[in-house]
Amino acid sequence: MEKITEIALLKKKAEEIRYDIVGMIAEAGSGHPGGSLSGADIGTILFFNEMNFNPDKPDWDDRDRFILSKGHAAPLLYALLANAGYFERSELKSLRKYKSRLQGHPASYMLPGVEVSTGSLGQGLSISCGIALAGKLNNKDFRVYTLLGDGELDEGQVWEAAMFASHKKLDNLCAIVDRNRLQIDGDTEKVMVLEPLQAKWDAFGWHIILIDGHNISEILSAFKEFHTVKDKPTVILARTVKGKGVSFMENKAGWHGKAPNKDELKLALKEIKARMDA
Amino acid sequence: MKTQDIRPIRDGYGNALLKLGEINPNVLVLDADLSTSTRTNWFAEKFPKRFIDVGIAEQNMVDIAAGLSLEGKIPFVTTYGVFVCGRAFDQLRNTVCYSQLNVKVVGSHGGISVGADGGSHQAIEDIALMRILPHMTVVVPCDHFQAYKATMKIAELKGPAYLRLAREATEAITDENSNFEIGKAQIITEGDDCAIFFAGTIGAEVMKAFELLHDKNIFPTIINMHTIKPIDKECIIKYAKKFGKLMTVEEHLQAGGLGSAIAEVLVEEYPAKVKMLAIYDRFGESGQPDVLLDAFGLSAEKICVQVEDYIKE
Ligand SMILES: Cc1ncc(C[n+]2csc(CCOP(=O)(O)OP(=O)(O)O)c2C)c(N)n1
Ligand SMILES: [Mg+2]
Repeated sequence: MEKITEIALLKKKAEEIRYDIVGMIAEAGSGHPGGSLSGADIGTILFFNEMNFNPDKPDWDDRDRFILSKGHAAPLLYALLANAGYFERSELKSLRKYKSRLQGHPASYMLPGVEVSTGSLGQGLSISCGIALAGKLNNKDFRVYTLLGDGELDEGQVWEAAMFASHKKLDNLCAIVDRNRLQIDGDTEKVMVLEPLQAKWDAFGWHIILIDGHNISEILSAFKEFHTVKDKPTVILARTVKGKGVSFMENKAGWHGKAPNKDELKLALKEIKARMDA
Repeated sequence: MKTQDIRPIRDGYGNALLKLGEINPNVLVLDADLSTSTRTNWFAEKFPKRFIDVGIAEQNMVDIAAGLSLEGKIPFVTTYGVFVCGRAFDQLRNTVCYSQLNVKVVGSHGGISVGADGGSHQAIEDIALMRILPHMTVVVPCDHFQAYKATMKIAELKGPAYLRLAREATEAITDENSNFEIGKAQIITEGDDCAIFFAGTIGAEVMKAFELLHDKNIFPTIINMHTIKPIDKECIIKYAKKFGKLMTVEEHLQAGGLGSAIAEVLVEEYPAKVKMLAIYDRFGESGQPDVLLDAFGLSAEKICVQVEDYIKE
C-alpha cells in the first residue's frame, strides 16, 4: 500500500470514505451511520497512513492487524477495505443483501481483509490481545489496532482484556476508543457513566493519548507516539462526534442505526462532496 | 473390563497436553484459575511460556484464544464446563464458531458425578450448548485412555472442538490400544437383547450394569458414543433396525444431550422409540458421586433395572 502523508489528501480521503458509508447504507436501507462516520477519520489514517498491509495478500504474515471491535460500524470497515483495494467499490452496493460478502456485521469467513467476525460488542479487545500475544510469541513486529465504541466499554469483558494486556505488557497493541458520547439509549454518561475514563485506563496500566478524533494531525501524532511506548499497551481516547460530517446526523442518537431516505441522502452527499472538492 | 484401572479422566487430558507440548510447538494452553483442578498445571510446569492463566475471566480467555488461533496457534482453553460453555457462550458462538476458528474448548467437571460442589458446578447442559453450534465438534471420552486419544485427535482437527471431561476417578473401560476415531462409535460389546448407547464416564456404570445383566442372562449391545457431533448416524440406524428401539445413558439433561441427538437422527431416518436415562429438567445437587448417580437413576443397579423393564416392554 502506498501511504498518504499529506494532511489535505488524508482529509479528502476521509470524506471519500464518508461518501461511501452514507451511500451504501442508503442503498441497503438499513445500517449504522452514526458510529461509522465518527470513526471515519481515525479509520482513514489507519488504512492510508499508519498500517502496513497488502490487499493482494490479505494473509501476509507481517501485516498490521485491524480489529473492528464495534462491528456495527461495518460500513466504515467496508469503505476502507474497498478504497484500499481489497475489492471493487461497486461491491459496496451489495451491503446487507442476500449472498453478499458484506454482511450486516463483518464476517471474516466471507470477506478477505476482515480479520475476525465481530458484532457482539465487548470482544474485540480480547481477540486483539490474543493476536498481539501471538505476535510476541512468534517474534513478529506487526502491530494490532482495535477500534472500540464508548458505549461498548460498558461490557465487563473489555476490562478483563485491559487487565490482561497490561499484565502481558502488550506494547504492540493500540486500542482506540471512539468517544462520541452516545450509545443507543442516549448519552453515555446518562446510560452508564464512563467518566473518569482516563483514570480508569490509567488504573489498568495503559499508556493514554488524548486527541480530537477528527483532527488529522493529532491522529497522526498519536500513532507516532504509540510506536515509542514500551512495555505498556496504548489507548487513544479520541473525542469524536457521532454522525460527523453529515450535519443533520451529528450528535443525534437517533442516527445510530438508521438509513437516510432519498432526500436525506442527497443532502448528506452534497455536504460531503463539497468538502471533497474543496 | 479387562483393566482395573481407576483414574480421573482429567489425567488423560493432562498427559496428552504434555505430549502435545513436545510434538507441536503451536499448542498453547489457557486456564482461568483452575489449573490444578483441570490438570493444565502439568503443562504449565513443563512449558511455562506456552501456558496462559487469564485469571477468573472465561469470556476473555475464549476470545484471547480466538486471537491466538488467528495467528496459527492451537489454543486449548480449559476450565469447568459450566463456566466455559455458559458464561462464554456468546464468545464461542459469535467469535469462535462464527469465524470458524481453531480453538479447542475443554470443559472439565461434566455431569452430576462432580459431587459435593453441587448444582452450580455440575455441567449438565454443556453438550446441548456446544452441539447446537455450527462448526463445533463435540467429543465426550469415557476414560483417561480415551481422553488422551481424544485430546490428540482434536489437536489435529481443523476447527473448533469441545471436549467434555469429568471430575471423579472412574474405571477405565478401554485400554491403550483400543481404537478411537472422531465420529465413529465404539462398539464395546455385541449382544442380542438390546442396544445401549452411552457417552462419558457413565460408561463405567453401564459396564457394571452389563455384569449384573449378564448374571440374569441378558446380553445387551453396548456402544460408546464418544462423539456427539458429528454423530455416527449409520451406527444408530443399524441398531435401531436390529432392535426396533434403543436406550441411552448419560450424565446430562435429557433435553439436548446424547439421547436427544440420537432421537433427532431416528425421527428423520428410521422412527424408533428411544428410552433415555438422563437428567430430566432439573439441576444437580451436592452429595457423594455414587449417591447422586443412584438418586438420579444412573447407578449400575438402576440402569440394570431399567434395562430389564425396557426389554420386557
Ligand atoms: C453484546 C452486544 N450487546 C448489544 C448490542 C447492540 N448494540 C449495537 S451497537 C450498540 C451501541 C454501541 O454504542 P457505542 O459502543 O458507543 O458505539 P458507537 O457510538 O460508536 O456507534 C448496541 C447496544 C451488540 N451489538 N452487542
Ligand atoms: Mg458511542
